[in-house]
Amino acid sequence: MTKKAQNEILYDHNHDGIDRRGFLKCMAWAGTGAVCIMKGGVLNSYALNRIPDRASATAGELTFVQISDSHMGFNKPANPDVAGTLQAAVDKIKALPVQPEFLLHTGDISHLSKPEEFDNVDQILKGIGKPVFFVPGEHDVLNDDGQQFRERYGRGSLGAGWHSFDQKGVHFIALVNVMNLKSGGLGTLGPEQLEWLEDDVKHLKSSTPIVVFAHIPLWTVYPEWGWGTEDSATALAYLKKFGSVTVLNGHIHQTLQKVEGNVTFHTAASTAFPQPQPGKAPSPGPMAVPADQLRTYLGVTNLNYVQGQHALAVVDSTLA
Amino acid sequence: MRIRVRPNAFVPVVVLVAALLLPATSYFSVNAQQTEAANVEVKIDNFSFGPAAITVKAGTTVTWINRDDIPHTVVADDKLFKSKVLDTDEKFSYTFSKPGTYPYFCSVHPKMTGKVVVQ
Repeated sequence: MTKKAQNEILYDHNHDGIDRRGFLKCMAWAGTGAVCIMKGGVLNSYALNRIPDRASATAGELTFVQISDSHMGFNKPANPDVAGTLQAAVDKIKALPVQPEFLLHTGDISHLSKPEEFDNVDQILKGIGKPVFFVPGEHDVLNDDGQQFRERYGRGSLGAGWHSFDQKGVHFIALVNVMNLKSGGLGTLGPEQLEWLEDDVKHLKSSTPIVVFAHIPLWTVYPEWGWGTEDSATALAYLKKFGSVTVLNGHIHQTLQKVEGNVTFHTAASTAFPQPQPGKAPSPGPMAVPADQLRTYLGVTNLNYVQGQHALAVVDSTLA
Repeated sequence: MRIRVRPNAFVPVVVLVAALLLPATSYFSVNAQQTEAANVEVKIDNFSFGPAAITVKAGTTVTWINRDDIPHTVVADDKLFKSKVLDTDEKFSYTFSKPGTYPYFCSVHPKMTGKVVVQ
């Protein structure tokens, strides 16, 4: 088999442009870094070293960056210096050839919801000098039902912090799925938020590109570890009419990607510590890796929207 | 809740006082814990409660201790008891004064569930 052929989909079981081999390859990206370019719902992957010659092709109207799971305050062996690795992420972003217009942080800003943890993250992210839009992770709403999160980051948002905004023709939707979790269950959006979502997108043209971001994956990655959202199917049903939907999540501390019809699901790496691949460890706890390899497991995600093209280009890169 | 009282000359007085204080369950659960000195520990490890199901006598104090690198909580399904978030090596205790079945979970990682049966 030639090298080129290895990057192509061999068998498309779900007619969604991605086969099992392709999916597993995406899973293997954690720690290696890759660029993902979607055209017409079909995913193509390229090794990180090919990014330079893709950069010009993907330069578009809107570039933004997703970071996730900074877990400020975590100090266990898996990463005793989460402030240092968040700073490395900031440096990485500042060195990008095309500067992002803004950042999305998909939650677990803090480790224990302590004010000084949030302060520390805010201080480090200030170094980029761009607006940051946040959704809470479960670590950001401990003990106070998310009151502190709403006070800090939820200005103009509804409920537990959900909101939407438009940037250069792209409609961004921030969802919260870490509140009121029920025993034995997964992430939850809840009826009030779903009702708001239905109303929020009702008036939009189906050609509007949609970017949804939330902490816990909005597709079922691995329910045994709680890596999914109970009522995400209802949310996705409201987005069915749109030609391009990109769903960005965190929570699982590794990059994963899946394409289903017009929806591209993507999870970002953490800037703090890696977690094991689904089912590959007794629990989803922090994965200790040799110190000199840690930064190959951490990363940021760069997203690029080109007007007239079907989908956003998603580029994961490590902090190494 | 049963309170064991040794027979002695003051039994009528003790019973009378006990009857007067019956609605004050918290007072009694503290007393029961002291007299029976029953303590049971549940370890939180690898995102699970161990043992996940325990059976104890009324008056037993159950202590959960978090041995994970990740914070967890201990919350009764019906919210009867609810710990603050427990960081590594932190503990939470609750004294079960009445017989019954008490299912609980970690509100941060709701796939983590456990049960205390009080006899």
